[in-house]
Amino acid sequence: MIIKPSDIENKEIQTIYHPQKGEQGSVIDIDTFSLFYGKSQALFDTTMDVEKGLVTAIIGPSGCGKSTLLKSLNRMNDLIDNISINGKIRFEGKNIFDRDTDVINLRKQMGMVFQKPNPFPMSIADNVTYPLKIDGIRGKNVLAETCERSLKRTALWDEVKDRLNESALRLSGGQQQRLCIARAIAADPEVLLMDEPCSALDPMATIKIEDLINELKGKYTIIIVTHNMQQAARVSNNTAFMYIGRIIEYGKTDIIFTKPKSMKTQDYVTGRFG
Amino acid sequence: MNSLKLKPKQKQRSPGNVFSGSKGINLASKGEKYLWSMGGALIIGLIMIAAFLLLILVNGLKTFYPGPVHRVTLTDNRVIAGEPFRREKISQDQTLETSREDTCSAWRTLYKTGNFDLYNKDFRWVDEQDIKQISEPKDIFYIERTEWGPFIGYIHELNLNHETFFFSRERLSQLKKEHKAAQARRNILKDLKKKEMGSINHELDNLRLSLKRVELDHGKDSVRYKTTLDSLSAKRKKLEENYGEIADKIEIIIKKDAKYSVVLKDVSGIEKRVNISDIIRFYPANNLTLSQKTGIYISRWIEFLTAEPREANIEGGVMPAIFGTFAMTLLMVIIVAPLGVMASLYLKEYAKQGKLVSMVRICVNNLAGVPSIVYGAFGLGFFAYCVGTTVDRIFFPEYLPNPVYGTGGILWAALTLALLTLPVVIVATEEALAAVPQSLREGSLACGASKWQTIKNIVLPNALPGIMTGLILAMARGAGEVAPLMLVGVVKLAPDLPVDTIFPFIHPERSFMHLGFHIFDVGFQSRNAEAGKPMVFVTTLLLISLIGLMNAFAIHIRSRMKKKYSVGQ
Ligand SMILES: Nc1ncnc2c1ncn2[C@@H]1O[C@H](COP(=O)(O)OP(=O)(O)OP(=O)(O)O)[C@@H](O)[C@H]1O
Ligand SMILES: [Mg+2]
Repeated sequence: MIIKPSDIENKEIQTIYHPQKGEQGSVIDIDTFSLFYGKSQALFDTTMDVEKGLVTAIIGPSGCGKSTLLKSLNRMNDLIDNISINGKIRFEGKNIFDRDTDVINLRKQMGMVFQKPNPFPMSIADNVTYPLKIDGIRGKNVLAETCERSLKRTALWDEVKDRLNESALRLSGGQQQRLCIARAIAADPEVLLMDEPCSALDPMATIKIEDLINELKGKYTIIIVTHNMQQAARVSNNTAFMYIGRIIEYGKTDIIFTKPKSMKTQDYVTGRFG
Repeated sequence: MNSLKLKPKQKQRSPGNVFSGSKGINLASKGEKYLWSMGGALIIGLIMIAAFLLLILVNGLKTFYPGPVHRVTLTDNRVIAGEPFRREKISQDQTLETSREDTCSAWRTLYKTGNFDLYNKDFRWVDEQDIKQISEPKDIFYIERTEWGPFIGYIHELNLNHETFFFSRERLSQLKKEHKAAQARRNILKDLKKKEMGSINHELDNLRLSLKRVELDHGKDSVRYKTTLDSLSAKRKKLEENYGEIADKIEIIIKKDAKYSVVLKDVSGIEKRVNISDIIRFYPANNLTLSQKTGIYISRWIEFLTAEPREANIEGGVMPAIFGTFAMTLLMVIIVAPLGVMASLYLKEYAKQGKLVSMVRICVNNLAGVPSIVYGAFGLGFFAYCVGTTVDRIFFPEYLPNPVYGTGGILWAALTLALLTLPVVIVATEEALAAVPQSLREGSLACGASKWQTIKNIVLPNALPGIMTGLILAMARGAGEVAPLMLVGVVKLAPDLPVDTIFPFIHPERSFMHLGFHIFDVGFQSRNAEAGKPMVFVTTLLLISLIGLMNAFAIHIRSRMKKKYSVGQ
């Protein structure tokens, strides 16, 4: 079954929401948010609530706007020229696109992990403590403690504790990605945004990262973009399915994977397209 | 070289070969058809560079090696003596028509005869068919003097403190001893003249200027002027007394010098008296062991590197030029580095990339193609005449009408060259900035770093090796530039270095000497082009070495940076 973009763009699509009862309420509240790269629209009236302390997965075929949506959350899209937006994204009740929003502070509250590991070309310890250092924290003890705690949380401590002053570029790909996660949580953010964190890793490293996500669950609100359906099923509490710039269906992960209401969701999660 | 096997292109068109005819074999798709031309281009380039360096190296290194001195008897029984310098075929006009090889076998030799004061020239061509006999007498001397260039001839007589001896081999060590003493006296004399008298002159100047300053500020009739005048006259009297004392000391030394002299005799018997203190170096040119020759060679190099020039720059050293080149280049880098880096940071990181920025970029690139003399003219007109004159009017009114900053100087030269090399630095820095992966910037920004923090902590450290490459290129370009400098402060002979012991120690307004200009000067502006020629090679060798040395240092720093920020260490 092939769906042409025109099928969707021409008629309004109603997002299907499954009833959920959040235990701690929502931390991020995306409200009819649209985004345009120049003239071409990449997101169409997306609306969803991200529950606090849980793992939310965003799935969907390539080019459907997952990264765009994720980057909008901490306003990394500001770096791109020619962008225009519509609608609101509220973080802890406040619209992040308000004029008086402190973008830097927003980004500090949302750690981000990228698809390709991007450790800075400096020592392992310097990488982890980078978010603290830019905050002007210079205390040796504080830095060392943070470094150790973050690396332990990402299960990297035992592997690198003897070589903290070596270049981070010498770590393996999986270790580098865990280092990037350690860096993202070093300054204790509220939310952790992960854009296909395992796509460059082998299965063993992937399992380690998934364990890590399960470990971090509860401490942080995690939003993870993934292409891997099993991964989404394994690690997430909620799942959103996106298709050509729209959120098609959003609800508890087991419902999305077992009893989706939309045909497209069904086709996608059963691997019939995507 | 495999490609050479796939040569015959005609094969495609050969009749009967239906397959190749219909389909066609594109040679370029099969073999590295152009490999040989690429390799060839590289080799031609390398050969040209190597030949150039070899020429400079050979000529530069051999210049100071003491050669033999020939005593040449000509067919008309005249005798000359000199170092054979160069040999060439005489071109005869008739040979062109007869086109017979053996008719043009005539050669001539250029002899460096020295004795400019006697012959009015240093060099002399001798046709080889005019030569009756050549010998290398053991007792002929090559004597370098402070004036008139070298003397080639015999030492006839010694006058040591009213005693006169005929010179003979046994007296050589005595002469050497006296020569050492005379040299010590010459050094003292130089110090007295330059340092002590110089500083007194400087203080006298200061007194005059401070008086002028008071006059400008308060007027000639004011009380202040009168009191200053009184106090200054006392000081001046004291200084003038000191001056007199030093002049007396100098007088004594000069008198003593006159008592120690030698009488020299050239090969044709003309005598010439020379004070021993005026002799720099003397040696029996045809009676030297290898180690003595090496000693002379090394001592000449040392003199060249550490002494000041003599005799219109042809003799002596180039120390002021080395220092000037080095200081000017350093100053230029200090100016151009922050300017270029900040400009390209703005262009690359902050400015909105659009038509305007591309225009600016094109303009900057084109600036690199403006002839350097134009920069020189701009430097003179803007920096020296416009800025400099204003500075003079505001800060140094008492010096007027003499300009302080209102004329060429090392600061203006460095600024001019900084402007000249700015495009190189901007282009290289922009490339270095562009080469920093976007993912690193995103990583830093996502950590909550501000733009400036990202630039400072991530972008600049990663771009630094590339920026250094740009600075190295700029440095090489700047250090080798001559044309603009001739307008903005380089001189043939600078009396003082831009850095010395007189307060405030650094004098950025002073004119300076430069190796590049020195090459031009000795090679093409001196009274004697032939004598300057070897100096051109030596100075070029030195300039290239100096630039190489500075580059090596910068490259060393760069590789240490690279190590620091990369996988390597
Ligand atoms: N900087 C940009 N400028 C213009 N268009 C862009 C830009 N970035 C993304 N897009 C477009 O926006 C749409 C969504 O892109 P996005 O990167 O969000 O997709 P994605 O869902 O993350 O895909 P993938 O799974 O392949 O990463 C795509 O059509 C893409 O071409
Ligand atoms: Mg993506």
